[in-house]
Amino acid sequence: MTTMRDMTPYVVGRAVPIDPGASGQDGSSRAGCSVDSSWAVTMLRIRHFELKINELFARGEVRGTAHLCVGQEAVPTGVCAALRSDDYVSATHRGHGAAIAKGLSLYGMFSEILGRRDGYGAGRGGSQHIACMEKGFLGTNGISGGGLPVSVGAALSSKRLGLGRVAVAFFGDGVANQGAFHEALNMAGIWRLPIVFVCENNLYAMSAPVSSFVAGGSIARRAESYGMRHDSIDGNDVGQVFEASRRFVDLARSGEGPGLLECLTYRQLGHSKSDKRAYRTREEEAAWLKRDPIARERRRLDGAGIMPAADFDAMESRVVAEVASEAERALACQAADVSTLYDHVVPEAAAKTCGGITCPS
Amino acid sequence: MPKLSFRKSVRLAMAEALERDPSVVLMGEDIGPYGGAFKVTEGLHERFGADRIIETPISENGFAGVAIGAAMTGLRPVVEFMFMDFMALAMDQICNHAAKFSYMYAGQCCVPVVFRAPFGGGFGYGASHSQSLEAWFMHTPGLKVVVPSTPASARGLLDAAIRDDGPVIFLEHKALYNLEGEVSDVPGNWSLDQAQIVRPGQDVTVVGYGRTVWLAVETAKRLAGRVDVEVIDLRSLAPLDVVALVESVDKTRRMVVVEDDCLTGGVGAEVAAVIAERVRLDAPIARVACADVPVPCCESLERAALPSVEKAVAAVMRQMEVGYELVDRGTESGCQRESRKGRQLAGA
Ligand SMILES: Cc1ncc(C[n+]2csc(CCOP(=O)(O)OP(=O)(O)O)c2C)c(N)n1
Ligand SMILES: Cc1ncc(C[n+]2csc(CCOP(=O)(O)OP(=O)(O)O)c2C)c(N)n1
Ligand SMILES: [Mg+2]
Ligand SMILES: [Mg+2]
Repeated sequence: MTTMRDMTPYVVGRAVPIDPGASGQDGSSRAGCSVDSSWAVTMLRIRHFELKINELFARGEVRGTAHLCVGQEAVPTGVCAALRSDDYVSATHRGHGAAIAKGLSLYGMFSEILGRRDGYGAGRGGSQHIACMEKGFLGTNGISGGGLPVSVGAALSSKRLGLGRVAVAFFGDGVANQGAFHEALNMAGIWRLPIVFVCENNLYAMSAPVSSFVAGGSIARRAESYGMRHDSIDGNDVGQVFEASRRFVDLARSGEGPGLLECLTYRQLGHSKSDKRAYRTREEEAAWLKRDPIARERRRLDGAGIMPAADFDAMESRVVAEVASEAERALACQAADVSTLYDHVVPEAAAKTCGGITCPS
Repeated sequence: MPKLSFRKSVRLAMAEALERDPSVVLMGEDIGPYGGAFKVTEGLHERFGADRIIETPISENGFAGVAIGAAMTGLRPVVEFMFMDFMALAMDQICNHAAKFSYMYAGQCCVPVVFRAPFGGGFGYGASHSQSLEAWFMHTPGLKVVVPSTPASARGLLDAAIRDDGPVIFLEHKALYNLEGEVSDVPGNWSLDQAQIVRPGQDVTVVGYGRTVWLAVETAKRLAGRVDVEVIDLRSLAPLDVVALVESVDKTRRMVVVEDDCLTGGVGAEVAAVIAERVRLDAPIARVACADVPVPCCESLERAALPSVEKAVAAVMRQMEVGYELVDRGTESGCQRESRKGRQLAGA
């Protein structure tokens, strides 16, 4: 029976200490912590890539729309750190972070978003349709929930072809209410496929708060209905994300079936460029800024004696410079050529590679 | 050459593909021991096993997406929708993903998937199990739409569709499943963009696809001696074989399209536009289509809605009797006629 308690407020499946900023204790008990700064570099590259896109938008260089993941960098970083390079990832409309974490180049991504010919889709995809088959990156996705069945299909072919690859499907909290989510989880469940569904729960789907749009009180627990392991973690703690992902990914790879990992996080900027953020308070935003995943990793590296804060800041400056120069290179790249308008509507005769495999024909 | 039913020819093409290529898998509802709603996959489960004849839950959008993801990563799925009407539930995956990935990702991947479905009315299944929705897919760049009319073309075109590196919508009219015809020992080398002249003629071109090819052939027979009808089987709706159409109508200067889908915005509308843009005609193009109504269930109404030989004969005769100058300027589309009727009924 459904009780009022089930309906409000939204609860994270497992109690998670998420105020490390105040205590400075974050990460102290984690087993899988990186002993170097590689996670920090990835998060910084994502952060400054997004900030640069924001700036290019303001300058009128970017057409259309872009959904930035500032504040959420720890999720794709931690998840992809647990993957093999040939594993599959499908991402969301807010997917630049996942793409960068999966190894896509900043230049290729800037070029795509700027409509240049060197973009991953030669300018025809844009922010919400960036893929790189060589890296197993099946695409950011303009359809909320669209990527989930696609990732299930990738997991199916990995299993059938004996490739040993795991698929990850990122999705937002809003997508937990999409039919494709339930259909995808069910099929992954009945076929016990090597897939991990990763929820980037940033508390809102555009303006819709998860507490009033998700019945039953938990996205993670929905996995139970599909016979699937699940966990709900602090998605702003990259070490925790990595640790949980590694557990889920390893189990999936060893034939133990799918899982759902819910990562609680927060989008620091608006949904997209025209968002006045009327649905949330400035106080709430300020509280979440204290849990910024990059600041936390900076403190952890410093506290653990891995990287002093000053070195971290120097590293960040180098990332800022790298991002700026990749953006400049992309701006200098030519626009997509009009003569390519009809290219690839239907596959061309040349052999195609599908996720690194040449398509049998 | 041995005779085979249309149903068995579709099955044969799939069996041959499964035999030939280990990356081919079938997906769909109840396609295992049950054999599928129309028994097209009967026996394949026993022969190829559950790993390759993958039975899905009732999740059309979900399994279409799974097939697409699998196709991007090394498999070649052939997906059965139990009825074409249920493709409505999978429009997102088919039209937003299968049709677009190759393009959006600049050819980095292909999506070699075939979406098969029985379509069409005439059996009293009612409006959710009788539709001919092919025009939806013609309207989506990136999809090929193929409709066989004979056992031989069912086998040959499906073989080509499975070999194709892009997504193909493969439509089987329910009325054809029991049709027997000659099928050769080898599939041959069919292409997915060629119409066929089924019967040459001089006076008027009657265009059909799937079941309506047979309506066109019967129309030609009934008019034999009076009107010399050329019958074209489109076979592929996307892409259309514009060259074959133009060549034929250039000669006959008259065209009637017989189509199973609804009149407005349908296959005939596109064929008509292609011809009207290119050929100077002796009579206005006529379309014999399903009425612009949800397919009714009872026999009298369903018969009234669907195209028939009688309607096609009447359309051809009108073509022969009228020149442009004689045409009744009051001709209106079925849609206009129906909406006028609707307004009258509503007392407006
Ligand atoms: C099928 C579909 N419906 C609606 C949209 C418009 N839309 C884009 S993002 C979004 C909110 C998604 O929320 P969530 O899944 O929580 O992701 P977030 O934006 O919070 O990262 C909506 C409604 C869409 N792109 N696709
Ligand atoms: C969207 C859709 N997909 C497939 C079908 C075909 N179909 C009709 S009934 C049925 C099985 C339904 O099973 P269940 O819901 O358990 O109902 P039952 O027939 O057992 O009463 C299927 C697959 C359909 N009618 N609609
Ligand atoms: Mg959200
Ligand atoms: Mg039942």
